[in-house]
Amino acid sequence: MRHTMSVLVENKPGVLARVSGLFARRGFNIHSLAVGVTETPKISRMTIVVDLAERPLEHVTKQLYKLINVLKVIELDPESSVERELMLVKVRAQDKVRSRIIELVDVFRAKIVDVGSESLTVEISGDPNKLRAFEDLVAEYGIIELVKTGRVALSRGPKSIKDRTLKVAG
Amino acid sequence: MSEITGAQALFQALEAVGVEHIFGIPGGAILPAYDPLIDSKIKHILCRHEQGAAHAADGYAQASGKVGVCMATSGPGATNLITGLASSHMDSIPVVAITGQVNRAGIGFDAFQESDITGIATPVTKHTFLIMDPDEIAQTIAEAFHIAGTGRPGPVLVDIPKDVLQSKINYKPAQRVDLPGYQPVTKPNKRQIAEAARLMSQATKPVLYVGGGIIKAGASQQLVELAELTGIPVVTTLMARGVIPDDHDLCLGMPGMHGGYAPVTALQKADLLIGIGPRFDDRVTGKLSHFAPDAKVIHADIDPAEIGKNRKADVPIVGDAKAVIEALIPAVKESNHKHGTPDYSAWRSTVSEWRSNFPYKYTQKPDGPLKPQYVIERLAQITDGNAIYAAGVGQHQMWGSQFIPFKRPRTWINSGGSGAMGFGTPAAMGAKVAMPDDEVWCIDGDGCFQMTCQELATMAVEKLPVKIAIINNAYLGMVRQWQELFYNERYSEVEFGWDIPDYVKLAEAYGCIGLRVESPGEVDSAIEKARGVTDRPVVIDFRCDPREMCYPMVAAGSSNDDIILGPEYESDNVQHEQGDHLYSQDEEDDL
Repeated sequence: MRHTMSVLVENKPGVLARVSGLFARRGFNIHSLAVGVTETPKISRMTIVVDLAERPLEHVTKQLYKLINVLKVIELDPESSVERELMLVKVRAQDKVRSRIIELVDVFRAKIVDVGSESLTVEISGDPNKLRAFEDLVAEYGIIELVKTGRVALSRGPKSIKDRTLKVAG
Repeated sequence: MSEITGAQALFQALEAVGVEHIFGIPGGAILPAYDPLIDSKIKHILCRHEQGAAHAADGYAQASGKVGVCMATSGPGATNLITGLASSHMDSIPVVAITGQVNRAGIGFDAFQESDITGIATPVTKHTFLIMDPDEIAQTIAEAFHIAGTGRPGPVLVDIPKDVLQSKINYKPAQRVDLPGYQPVTKPNKRQIAEAARLMSQATKPVLYVGGGIIKAGASQQLVELAELTGIPVVTTLMARGVIPDDHDLCLGMPGMHGGYAPVTALQKADLLIGIGPRFDDRVTGKLSHFAPDAKVIHADIDPAEIGKNRKADVPIVGDAKAVIEALIPAVKESNHKHGTPDYSAWRSTVSEWRSNFPYKYTQKPDGPLKPQYVIERLAQITDGNAIYAAGVGQHQMWGSQFIPFKRPRTWINSGGSGAMGFGTPAAMGAKVAMPDDEVWCIDGDGCFQMTCQELATMAVEKLPVKIAIINNAYLGMVRQWQELFYNERYSEVEFGWDIPDYVKLAEAYGCIGLRVESPGEVDSAIEKARGVTDRPVVIDFRCDPREMCYPMVAAGSSNDDIILGPEYESDNVQHEQGDHLYSQDEEDDL
């Protein structure tokens, strides 16, 4: 079972290692992890997509709350949140296929960010399904290399993560 | 305001949080801290190995309830603390470790004696700090002690680069500690308490299953009150021995792999477990899916992550054990007032019967080999359960827990969850430093003792009259037991021999008194002799029967229903309630 978690942490050295180390030693499988500073510079926000076979998500959130630098943990329900990923993909683009790739880029509302004599680099963002669809389509021309940011997500509506119920710490 | 060094600030901060003792060893990176130590009120105990210092800090904390402190230099000094910190972490013991680190500019460049100790320690501590700004020393020390000693206690490591200790700063005392990500909940939820009281009123076979959380919360008295109010029998885990006196009518003793028949079976047959501060550890539950199959579970713990981790809780209660019991008592009274007092007398008489029918058993023949249980039982009787007892890990530890009649909390000092061999001797040293007026015994194994016996030197120099009873069975006894039972008596690399080292000479070489006991008739006089020594440690080499095994036993991975009572019950042809598993070798290995 895959869950998207949003985790507010203090923006201090080593916090990412504490979080990823916790996942590793407790056997929680990270599917993707994205982290960056928030509107408050002392606070960073992680979006962690976790794969859990048997254990309930509650085990993960309770363990996360035991980390002194973790301030808030919520699960983002895909139905009521916006999820995005950014991908950069360098596609083989000989003259004869170049226009077809550009067409795909237009259809997907992606962007060409680098043009080479034999390649095009495309920037595309969206939900993970859209990225996968684009990746499959350009694969037939040859993907030279590709990079993804991992998922980031926010809940829909006016509320913030900070409005959710307060944490319970151990 | 005059400038002081970071090291001086460290000692001012340590004094400000009330530190009285530090167990440690100096070295290059921590050197600046050892200079202001000379002028400090804090007493430093110079250990012989950092592992000893860490275990001593743990024993100090277990015996006194205060935060234990150990100190070491960078690199190997710091890494040697890890076994001790890991043990404190598993057992929720408040310890602060202070380590020197290479200069800030050297960090990350593989400098001499550099190790990423905060990285190494993070998985086995409650928290770690690396102080990069000398102005943060006082505040960080205050935070470290706050984190170590509150909520679910645990070890905290504070790493300080040498040049931070050497910097000149204007000392400012710590502000009130306010950690936005650390707000332990201590007060239980009222609705959950009411629900717990309701389940208790409906139960017919309830058991109070209490763990180390009772000791940390200082809730022994409250626990006894709750037990007496309700008449519910109590099982005390290894880490909770002594929270209710063993001679109390309602105390069934220790459950688990080598627990008594009555506590193991009471948990197993219960219809309600009232867990206060236990972890539902595998050594207690046996095969989890078969544990207490008919029981509803109330689980109270200060750490929400413990609740439901191993066993689903019907009533989860987050809170400090004392606050939980203090809330439960009036809730139970109210429920009794409304619905009548539940009658558990039939259940009580059943468990009492188990207790009287299946005591721990062994046979000491007057002219036969010395039995380890006899040594421990005599030691317990002569000291009348009034001493503080520390243990290593293994058979001797389990026998200690079985045969010592504990009377009060903080008198049974163990490496419970971690099971760190070598814990006993230094932990006993720490306990003696914390509680100088108490008689302190270490019940150790010959294997364990050899792992940390260098602390005899520390104790001799410090004139600490700790008594060490080595249950010398010439083997890694518990490993031998498993090889006998589960590896067809194929003994592989477990024999230590009685004679090497010569423990009497070793004790004497360290400036201690060494005694040897080889027959039952010598036991009492050796114990009495040791008790009379007040100016140095005494080591008694009790040469015991290597073949003696620790029973009862629930083989790892087995159900608690399959408790093996052992050969003492074989001869009587006792039919105990759940079948005939005297030796069961078909269980999966699951060390």
